[in-house]
Order: sequence, then structure tokens, then C-alpha cells
Amino acid sequence: MTSSDRTLKVDIWRGNEKGEYQSFEVPERENQTVLDVVTYIQRHLDPALAYRFACRVGVCGSCTMTVNGRPRWTCRTHVSRVVKGGKLTIAPLTNLPVIRDLVTDMTPFFEKWRDARGRFVAGDGPKDELAPVQPESRERSAASAAIECINCGVCYSACDVVSWNDDYLGPAALNRAWAAYNDVRDGDRNGILKAVSQGAGCHTCHSHQSCTEHCPVSLNPTFSIAGLKRASLKAKLKGALK
Amino acid sequence: MSISGITRASRAHPGFVAALVHRLSGLALAIFLPLHFLTLGLALDETAFAGAISWSNQPLVKISESLLVAALAVHFAGGLRVLAIEFLGLTRAQSAWIACCFAFGAGIGILFLMRAF
Repeated sequence: MTSSDRTLKVDIWRGNEKGEYQSFEVPERENQTVLDVVTYIQRHLDPALAYRFACRVGVCGSCTMTVNGRPRWTCRTHVSRVVKGGKLTIAPLTNLPVIRDLVTDMTPFFEKWRDARGRFVAGDGPKDELAPVQPESRERSAASAAIECINCGVCYSACDVVSWNDDYLGPAALNRAWAAYNDVRDGDRNGILKAVSQGAGCHTCHSHQSCTEHCPVSLNPTFSIAGLKRASLKAKLKGALK
Repeated sequence: MSISGITRASRAHPGFVAALVHRLSGLALAIFLPLHFLTLGLALDETAFAGAISWSNQPLVKISESLLVAALAVHFAGGLRVLAIEFLGLTRAQSAWIACCFAFGAGIGILFLMRAF
């Protein structure tokens, strides 16, 4: 990294749901992520700034924030790619309660993972043998396409339907449910369809594809949700969703 | 001050624009349809119907009608696109499909306008 005399003007949200933007001047570097900028402010300008990070390499999904109006993983977002006129505006993720500054309460996000029944339920299969899952099978391919989610909350923050309807399960939970549904070892796959098709579940999705547009690891939750819509409709027509 | 004012940038993508156009065109059609049926109802009274027909021959009305036809076409194509996403799993290359829907709507609107004059 080389230093330069140039600075970035960085507006950062301070407060919780009510608050205001505070401006900082941060030295501009040749190679600099948005997380580097936030860390610089916390270490050199205002130690009271609250934000969240862990791995710094795009694995843990904890450092997501709203950067110039778009939800992003800040550790993998280079300033040069998003800066506008030497200015950055950094806010917490939307659609989640704000605890303080850039830290959101992820509880509703993970409660919906639970409600969408994304966990594995063991079936009655043989306990001593490995369950046969063909790598090329339709189900395995569908699960593989949905499985790399890092739980960062970007899709949840970008989703228009979540912003309109607090009860909507959201793209991440439904994407997880689709991966779980395609696990042929699961003992209660119909249970997943029941969980996601009632109330504000998969059928509430409007297919705007904001989740797919913003997902940092290029998943396609819209495709997963469409899969759940088809599977639950088929199950309903067969009378399996009573 | 609230945070929400700056979040709109996340909506600047083709999927949201397509959804917005779909809803607005649907709203335009919903408002227009009762007027359309009202005009059809006038057909029972010959003089009133002739009046409505001559009113609809004004250039501004013809242009408005073309916009409504374009709205109908773009709403129809956009609806098929959403059905394709949900029932055929067609979620890739949506920018191209959205562009096709808009082009279809504009094309039908222009064809109607050309026949109207």
C-alpha cells in the first residue's frame, strides 16, 4: 500500500433507529476496502464507533453494511469500486433493527432460518451405512447451487418484500430451505414445504430478484424460492400438505 | 433523521424496474378498463356512441390509446416473464428478457399508433 495526501470523505451512521450521519476524513490508499476505512475510523478517529467483523476475507458474513445505498460485504468491497466523488456513505443494513451505529440485530434474520425449517431432520435410513446421494442427481445439483450461503444478510436487506412485510421469511432462509429440501436423506421433506408455504413464506416473493442482484457470493435465491413455489404447489395438488 | 433515505440505490437494477413497470402498467389498465366498458355501454344509444367515437378520433386520444396498448403489451409480456421465472425456473439472463418485454410493449404500441393515423 502506498500513502497519498488525498482523503476520502466518509459519512457514517451514528445512533440506532434514530440518529444522524457523522462525517470523517480518512486517508485514501491505493488498495483499501470499505472495512479498512471503518476500522481506520474506529482505531484513529472515534473508538466509540460500533461495527461488526470477524474473518476479513469474505467467509464469515459479519461485516455487511449499506455502502452508498447498496448492501455489501465490506471486507471484499474495494473503495475504488464504490466511491463516488471521493465520498462514501456507510449505514447499517436495512430491514433489521439497529443496535448501534453500524451494528444490526440479526435475531429476526436467524429466527426466520429456524421458521423456514432449514435444519436437517434425520430419517429412518440405515444408521451404519452412508446414504447414497448421486453427485449428478437433480436434487444434489439443486442443493449444491444453494449451499454456499455465508449468512451475511445482504439479500435480506436488499429484499423489497421484507421491507413491506415484517413476517416474510426472506431470501436467505428460503434459499436454505430449498437446499435442505433437496437433501434426499432428510426424513421430513414435506415438513419443509409446509413450513415455507404457510403465511408469508415462499409464495409472498414477488421475483424482483434484488437478492440475486446483490448476493456477494453470486447465489440465486430467486431460483431457490421459485423451486419451493413449484414443489409446494405440486405437493398441495397431490394433497400432501395437509 | 432516519437511515432509509439512502437505501434506494439498491433498487437500481432491471428486476426492480421491470416490477415497477409491471405494476404501473397494471394500474393504468385497471383505471382504463371501467372507462372502456362505459364507452361500450354507450353503443346502445347511437348518438352518444357516435359522439364517443368522434371524440376518440382526436390525435391526443389516439396517442393515449397507443400508450394504453403499449401498457397492455408490456404487462402481458412481463407477466409471462414472471410465470417463466416461477414455473420454468428461468432466472438467468433476466436483463435480456426484461429488454425483450419492453421492446415488445413499445413495438405493439408503435404498430397501433401507425394504424391509428
